[in-house]
Amino acid sequence: MLKKKWFLLLTLVFALGLLLAACSGDDSGEESSGDSNAGEDSSDNSEGSDGEEKLAADQTFDINIKTEPPSLNPGTASDTTSGAVLDQVFEGLMRINQDGEVEEAMAESYEVSDDQKTYTFKIREDATWSNGDPVTAQDFEYAWKWVLNPDHADTDYAYQLYPIKGAQAAKEEGASLDDVGITVEDDKTLVVELNQGTPYFLDLTAFYTYYPVNHKVVEGNDDWAQEASDMYVTNGPFTLESWAHKDQVVLKKYEDYWDAETVKLETINMYMVDDANTALEMYNGGELDWAGDPTSSLPLPAIPSLKQDGSLNLSPLAGVYYYAFNTEESPFDNVNIRKAFASAINREGIVQSITQREEQPAMALVPPSIWEENEEGYFEDNNAEQAKEYLEAGLEELGMDELPPISLSYNTDEAHAAIAQAVQDMWRENLGVEVELNNEEWNVYLDSMGEGNFQAGRMGWLADFNDAINFLEIFQSVGGNNYTNWESEEYSDLLEQSRTEGDADARKEILREAEKIFMDEMPIAPVYFYTNAWLSKDNVKNIEVSGLGGVQFKWGYLTEE
Amino acid sequence: MARYLLKRLVYIVVSLFLIVTITFFLMQAAPGGPFASEKKLTPAIEAQMNEAYGLDEPLHVQYMNYVVNAFSFDFGPSFKYVGQDVTDIIARSFPYSLILGLEAIFIALSIGVLLGVVAAVKHNKFGDYTAMVIAVLGISVPSFIMATILQYIFAIKLGALPVGRFDTFWHSILPAVALATTPLAFIARLMRSSMLEVLNSDYIKTAKSKGMSQKVVTYKHGLRNAILPVVSYLGPLVVSILTGSFIIESIFGIPGLGSEFVQSVTNRDYTVIMGTTVFFSVLLLISILIVDLLYGLVDPRIKVTGKGGKS
Repeated sequence: MLKKKWFLLLTLVFALGLLLAACSGDDSGEESSGDSNAGEDSSDNSEGSDGEEKLAADQTFDINIKTEPPSLNPGTASDTTSGAVLDQVFEGLMRINQDGEVEEAMAESYEVSDDQKTYTFKIREDATWSNGDPVTAQDFEYAWKWVLNPDHADTDYAYQLYPIKGAQAAKEEGASLDDVGITVEDDKTLVVELNQGTPYFLDLTAFYTYYPVNHKVVEGNDDWAQEASDMYVTNGPFTLESWAHKDQVVLKKYEDYWDAETVKLETINMYMVDDANTALEMYNGGELDWAGDPTSSLPLPAIPSLKQDGSLNLSPLAGVYYYAFNTEESPFDNVNIRKAFASAINREGIVQSITQREEQPAMALVPPSIWEENEEGYFEDNNAEQAKEYLEAGLEELGMDELPPISLSYNTDEAHAAIAQAVQDMWRENLGVEVELNNEEWNVYLDSMGEGNFQAGRMGWLADFNDAINFLEIFQSVGGNNYTNWESEEYSDLLEQSRTEGDADARKEILREAEKIFMDEMPIAPVYFYTNAWLSKDNVKNIEVSGLGGVQFKWGYLTEE
Repeated sequence: MARYLLKRLVYIVVSLFLIVTITFFLMQAAPGGPFASEKKLTPAIEAQMNEAYGLDEPLHVQYMNYVVNAFSFDFGPSFKYVGQDVTDIIARSFPYSLILGLEAIFIALSIGVLLGVVAAVKHNKFGDYTAMVIAVLGISVPSFIMATILQYIFAIKLGALPVGRFDTFWHSILPAVALATTPLAFIARLMRSSMLEVLNSDYIKTAKSKGMSQKVVTYKHGLRNAILPVVSYLGPLVVSILTGSFIIESIFGIPGLGSEFVQSVTNRDYTVIMGTTVFFSVLLLISILIVDLLYGLVDPRIKVTGKGGKS
């Protein structure tokens, strides 16, 4: 009998333990339940009486960011989710405005030396950190050098700082951090020396790796960005109010922001709902004001009907979806064969009936949002005749009668699979070649691609800043992100030449020439240029999705419904 | 008793060691690494990362560190979520899965046992067929379909319950029901067959012939014996439900532990893989032990002793 009681006690204790543990987890987000039906009633109100917009009393904006941001330390962040939070709470020397132009942000003004190699930034007198400290040149120096310190791991994006003189040497070759071209002239003056004239350097200073951190608070405490605590001091239009991991991030307007007049939104709730269907239903139910790109995605099957009822917003995104050829392996070591395969793809068909987001067919490398000329491209889409000619020429050069079976690889994903099946069909029909599809899980896939273990494989590239060099420099040399094993001295020389060219037009000329060489050699078959697709409530105003896949809430506001 | 417990604890440690070892080598054998991404790191930066996370050490050193870490429950920081400790990740995700799991177990157990008993008592009658149709449906409809159906009916059409997230008790109902369906159906079937067996046994007939009421016979004598198979099923069930379901959590947007299991593997987040595996194994092994101990409590015929004399 005694034994029995002891067991009972044990069971009870165990159960109680579970219960206690359970109670601690559930205090996270009661504040969000109040406004859940705010947007429900009149979401189809047309914009109506223009000019006389009335601001909604409740400036609370709800958005889904899909996953936990892997890092809210600007120095260690390297992904779009983290970027979407950081862009609101921090601010760099410059900021990309609603029109996609760089404008002064933390910097009040800047000067560029005649040789384009030295930038002198004057930091705003009224720029302050959320704890009241003034933003100083030292904060920038500290943040940038922290990233460049080889002792700090997780700084994946350190290479974003490499245009700065001595940066790469300090990070990778053991040179001293003191030799990096970052000089603090006084509290409000920052001088940056570059390796060479970098026409997109101002764009870079708007990127999160270039954000400052408050060195007085952060110094000696590398864990400052783990929680929304007193330590998490920011300088952007919003502050980090709370961060319930994997659940919700709440941002509040920063009242002492230098441009606080512009900022209308008071609260931004960023939920982390992984499932695209659930997020869409939350949007329909009024729990979210925004669904889809760039912070999450819309379910693929929902796109056509959303497009039909006119609620879908689309904008170009600077990125290209392509098939890389392994140019070291037969038959793709032959340029005519590569051209044959590229010409035999019906891109228009793919974007019309598979992806359906008004993507532009890609017959070039650099997206038209950067170079308008590329809407046309370098060759004709879906030209079966031309493809057959190339094929014959190629086969002759290789001394073959017909093509051996080809394998087309992609990483496991519904959309990639649909596109690959369509392309398989097109190649079979236009070129008479057997195509075997091969899909692998993402990590495995990257491994096989890196080892050159593929014939043709899917890849994509999104620009970090608005410049053609983003795309062109991938293929400057073998290795890194260039899986094609293709390189060309002429191409590489042109890129180098462009780096020292001060004149914008002349530089573009050089880069265009490089792209032409690249498209003549065709180490990749571009398929389409990406777009952003999203839904937003009618009373959400002035929030634009940038061509770089970023979104800024600084200028956004909600009108009365 | 003490010897029995001790013996079982030694078994637990040995199994844990085996699990840890196998996980480690499977993890290493999987292609790809934690730092692979669409935008490749420069080789120098990648080398620095490998050094910082100890991935440049020879395999046997890594293995030793790994085993020591596993047994001291100190897994270090996640590779993917910079600076977040694995123990913190588990500690903050587990409560969600736990609440949800307890609700689901409560639903599955209460309704499952009830359905099973009804089916057995009304053997081959209307009640039996109804209960078994529900059970078969529950087993054959996968939880993610159940989840979507529930969402569609209760959240989208009726607007009675929230579609997703986990804020209040109301948010937890749909995921808990979705999670409970399969085990509920399984328990109902298990309960029915063992109840039928028990109701036909001699001692029940004796009890009946002694003139005891149907109720007392069924619930006092029958139920207690018939529930044994359910109890043994409960151990693994509790653990697998408490540690969360990736699909349910993903559909309802709940920040529970289930998604960590799956995502850590896709991310090759070695420390989180290790942490979640050890956590799951410890829970599983302990709950099996508890179930075995409970057995002795429910069924006095089973003696829990060190001599291996249990049947």
